Amino acid sequence: MDKLKTPRLLIAAAIFYAVVQVLILTGVLNGYLVVIINRSLVFVILAVSLNLINGITGQFSLGHMGFAAVGAYVSGTITSTPLIFGAMKLNPHLFTDNVIFLAAIVIGGFGAAVVGFLIGFPSLRLKGDYLAIVTLGFGEIIRTILNNIQYVGGPRGLLGIPKFSNFTVIFCFTFLTIVLLRNLVQSSHGRAMLSIRENELASELSGVDTTKYKVLGFVIGAFFAGIAGGLLAHLLQIAHPTQYGFYASALILIMVYAGGIGSLTGSIIAAFSLTFLTEGLRIGIDWLRDSVGIPIGTEWTMVVYALLLILIMLFRTEGLMGMRESKLLIIEEKKV
Amino acid sequence: MNEPLLSIQGMSHYFGGLKAVSDFTFEVPEGVIYGLIGPNGSGKTTTFNLITGIYTPTQGKILFEGKDIVGQKPFRIVHKGIARTFQNLRIFSNLSVIDNIRVARHFTTKSGLFSSFLRLPGFLKEQDDVRDETMALIKLMHLEHRAYDIAKNLPYGELRRLEVARALATKPKLILLDEPAAGMNPKETEDLMNLVRRVRDEFKVTIFLIEHHMKFVTGICERVKVIDFGTTIAEGKPEDVVKDAKVLEAYLGRKAVVC
Amino acid sequence: MGSIFSLQQIVNGLQLGAIYALIALGYTMVYGIVRLINFAHGDFFMVGAYAAYGAFYLFNFFLPPGHFMAFVVLILAMAGGGAVALLANKFAYKPLRYKPKLSSLVTAIGVSMLLEYTFSALPLIGPSPRGFPELLEKRMFTIGSAQVSNYVMIDLFVAAVLMIGLTFLIQKTALGRAMRAVSQDKDAAKLMGIDVEKVISFTFLIGGSFAGAAGLLAGLTYPRIQPYMGILPGLKAFIAAVLGGIGNVPGAVLGAFIMGIAETCATAYNSLLGEGIAFVILIVVLLLRPNGILGEKTADKI
Repeated sequence: MDKLKTPRLLIAAAIFYAVVQVLILTGVLNGYLVVIINRSLVFVILAVSLNLINGITGQFSLGHMGFAAVGAYVSGTITSTPLIFGAMKLNPHLFTDNVIFLAAIVIGGFGAAVVGFLIGFPSLRLKGDYLAIVTLGFGEIIRTILNNIQYVGGPRGLLGIPKFSNFTVIFCFTFLTIVLLRNLVQSSHGRAMLSIRENELASELSGVDTTKYKVLGFVIGAFFAGIAGGLLAHLLQIAHPTQYGFYASALILIMVYAGGIGSLTGSIIAAFSLTFLTEGLRIGIDWLRDSVGIPIGTEWTMVVYALLLILIMLFRTEGLMGMRESKLLIIEEKKV
Repeated sequence: MNEPLLSIQGMSHYFGGLKAVSDFTFEVPEGVIYGLIGPNGSGKTTTFNLITGIYTPTQGKILFEGKDIVGQKPFRIVHKGIARTFQNLRIFSNLSVIDNIRVARHFTTKSGLFSSFLRLPGFLKEQDDVRDETMALIKLMHLEHRAYDIAKNLPYGELRRLEVARALATKPKLILLDEPAAGMNPKETEDLMNLVRRVRDEFKVTIFLIEHHMKFVTGICERVKVIDFGTTIAEGKPEDVVKDAKVLEAYLGRKAVVC
Repeated sequence: MGSIFSLQQIVNGLQLGAIYALIALGYTMVYGIVRLINFAHGDFFMVGAYAAYGAFYLFNFFLPPGHFMAFVVLILAMAGGGAVALLANKFAYKPLRYKPKLSSLVTAIGVSMLLEYTFSALPLIGPSPRGFPELLEKRMFTIGSAQVSNYVMIDLFVAAVLMIGLTFLIQKTALGRAMRAVSQDKDAAKLMGIDVEKVISFTFLIGGSFAGAAGLLAGLTYPRIQPYMGILPGLKAFIAAVLGGIGNVPGAVLGAFIMGIAETCATAYNSLLGEGIAFVILIVVLLLRPNGILGEKTADKI
């Protein structure tokens, strides 16, 4: 790896990790807050991976949680099914819990990548509106299929997933995702994808194999979403079809737009902010209902998000960061 | 060089029932500056779109360096050595000037995704090489002061040079220029003519351009073909073609900029 | 096997198709005029159903149930759907009219979510499903091998009346001519003195009111309403419009009836297939004939 500006990012990440870990170990951060931090990190992975498809390559995917669902179910099946888990445990030196867990997550990611490959193909012939509807349809198809496979629990969901996720593991995956995607976007391949977003015809006529890169956007985005799904399933210990429906996909879409289409930094900030905001709103609403007596339900949280999305589109389409990145995420180049 | 660089044989193209291009047969010899002129709607841009693979001709052959390229995907035709610019600029607006040009070098790189993700030494060396080549091109196009600026902030004239630079970055043997003088004043047109000549001389590329700006065409082209309604009405040296009766008739009553 | 394409299924399918047709018309008209897939259109349908519900309980105090009451409720359902459509157009879509298409699509998603969650969150309307009142006494007939309720007649009748009215409007009135002009070339229409924004507003009004009517019919026929009831019918009606040729008014109706019958028959065969048949149709159409059955082939000028 080059010695250029990665140290800055590494230092920032290390500080964040150290601070949070210390707070956890000393008990300052209670279990509830830790869960929220973990969820925020998982949503960071979901948001940046969706940004790769929508923001960097300029496609439009409304079924992103479908990929996460595949990752969740595949990894969850591996770790919760006695047959598979038990078989791997026959060799306990090689297959420790951690190894099985990591393998399951990565396999889940690859499973999602395969689905991403299948969904990438409609993107070759469809644009904008139609592509949105088809990706939405695929997301729903995945959910419907999972809802009907009794082996993984059907409508009850996949239960009994061991709680292998913790802050350290999730943090490492999130950090890796950010670094890898940053490296991709600021490489020749990433620029090829950006050029497709900017002007597909000119891109093709500059020698870029636009077919390959459009599908690749979906495959890589799906892979990381699958990882996120796996991490989430092992955090909540359950994978359920309703967690991965259209509205979950819409929530990630809102994060990506709020942060700025095309900005990984924006997605990170938005994912954290909106996850915490959701909890804050929920607490506020519960308080208003229980203490003050105003009869409102937690649906109002989603009303706020819907309004947020509309307001962003009306007044600040570029979101928080536009297409800019924080200095931490920009790989400096020698200016000739 | 005996063989023409580009040889179009009996090329026709229909949009539904409408005939856009009718039975074109002509050759572009290597090293010339060749012009295709005609009024709006005569089939010029369609011809370019056919050569670059955006459309597949209903009939006919397109031979580039002796091999038929009909049916190839556009990006493969670029790899074979044909580049183009666009009538309505098609710039990557939100990317920097250097990135705009670098994209066109991408297909020559060999580093896979894996080495990009991990920023391995081989990948880094390749990126440096591409960057150096791109900067050389930027200097040649007098765009150094703009190298890191975002493309959408550039003035029109510089954007046109950017498009030419991007086309050159693909190391083509043939460049198709689609109305390069559009929207330019006489001084800019003069500069453009010098630029085109320089590009042909220094980069050893063949130039094939479309225009309906007569002065530009007669000033720079060595051979010219005049078309209207998808058929050829004259071909030859510019000074001869301009005096051709049929050409004058085709331009009567049409909006064309005549010197 | 024999019961899949039976008369009963056909009748049920036509009934469903009538409802889809009214929704699909709104999609296709709006797309024809502003090239926008109004994601929130299914929710106008939902609003109409709730408007009907509210109207019933309001008027129940001083109107006897019966045909007149049902008529009043229908008008109010259409008004509800139309009103929310006008508001959505005015505040969310109009400001983005000349910006990139994607912004409008995302905004439409926002409007859709806003409607669903607001109705879900409002205390008097609430997230739980509500039973729809029996506006008109339900009677069953037997036609051949099929059990047919008078609701089928009502659904088809209302749909037919509205569709005939729409056809008259589009073909015979000045407004209809203006709508056709704007959908073909907005700029040319403007140059001819047509107030394009007014025409667009009106199109949303009609589309929304048809969706509202469909909401009433759906509440009557499948008598449970809930805030998310517009999602699936909206999606299916959209696919029906694409099947018939998006932007094409008769196409929307054709596609809707095909969709209704296909869905009913598929569900009779296998409930999973019934859930998925709409998407299968969508994928088949987009791959084989993206312009739909009655759509025209458009050439893209580069």
